[in-house]
Amino acid sequence: MVGYQKWLFVLILFCLGHIAYPQQIRVIKYLELREILDKPGDSTLVVNFWATWCLPCVTELPHFEKISAQYAKKKVKVLLVSLDAASLLKKKVEPFVVRKGIKSAKVVLLNEPDYNSWIDKVSPEWSGALPFTLIIDSKTRKSYERPFTEAELAAELKTFIQ
Amino acid sequence: MKSLFALAVTLTSLFVFARFTVLQPGYQVGEKAMDFSLKNVDGNMVSLSTNQSAKGFILVFTCNTCPVAQAYEQRVMDLDKQFASKGYPVIAINANDAALSPGDNFQAMKKRSSDREYSFPYLTDETQQIAKTYGATHTPTVFVVQRDGADFIVRYIGAIDNNAQDRSQASEKYVANAVNALLENKSIAIPTAKAIGCGIKWKKA
Repeated sequence: MVGYQKWLFVLILFCLGHIAYPQQIRVIKYLELREILDKPGDSTLVVNFWATWCLPCVTELPHFEKISAQYAKKKVKVLLVSLDAASLLKKKVEPFVVRKGIKSAKVVLLNEPDYNSWIDKVSPEWSGALPFTLIIDSKTRKSYERPFTEAELAAELKTFIQ
Repeated sequence: MKSLFALAVTLTSLFVFARFTVLQPGYQVGEKAMDFSLKNVDGNMVSLSTNQSAKGFILVFTCNTCPVAQAYEQRVMDLDKQFASKGYPVIAINANDAALSPGDNFQAMKKRSSDREYSFPYLTDETQQIAKTYGATHTPTVFVVQRDGADFIVRYIGAIDNNAQDRSQASEKYVANAVNALLENKSIAIPTAKAIGCGIKWKKA
């Protein structure tokens, strides 16, 4: 009986965890990000740099979720790289991602506060302004230092997937 | 053949022109900075040439609303306290379009500057021409300029230090180091440094 209750407890915890946080947000360092950016394979990668404190980022986030779901079959992968402080992951970033209903696009938190050490490596064309987006396939790497409307984002993506 | 050449020249110049207008690269370190005349929160117009005794300025493109700019606000106030008496006062410039970002309108700027007791001018770049000319893209971004006769030369462009979240963890105090180098007549070890910030809210075309 005791054993059964223990398992039930674990099961309930497990379910609660899944209801509250449908997606596990990993904290990554620059080297891991570079691995992802350098190896798109046969996919088209859409990488958006954002933060919960950046209003235009927050406004365009649903567009990225939408194209992620819509173009998954066309080998489009969407990565949303949060630049929030790592200390705010549980308190702010995770609840925010749940509230925005982001399920299809993958979210990571890049914990590299010494910005000057990696911004140029991601793209020399990036001044550091948010939002910033890269679209990458095995041949091309394009950068966009501006917010997108849904139509603009879809139009840009179509130049990659034809 | 002649017309073909003319066509080639036209196309090339068009291409070059298009590149320059699209890129708007702004200033590089070593270039002459344009003086401006912008309205301060006290209603007076402020220019680089207004303050004849300054050896240069710490120009900070900032705003009320960006959390990164807010995180650096006290550090900007401290830069003015540290360097104004040494000849490098701070001038803060807000270039955000007030229509897109009402929290950055002139009234809100006046309030912020008086609430926080800014010891430096807080100017509105209403036409956004100065931010564009200098090449500021996000807040906060600093341009340290040094007087050279009647001109001002850009000596440093970029971030204030290398840790926005926690100033005690910042191992590189880019702006303070740059100004100290200028005061000691030394070369600036790190003349540009990038950082994450809020894109300036440009007017809708």
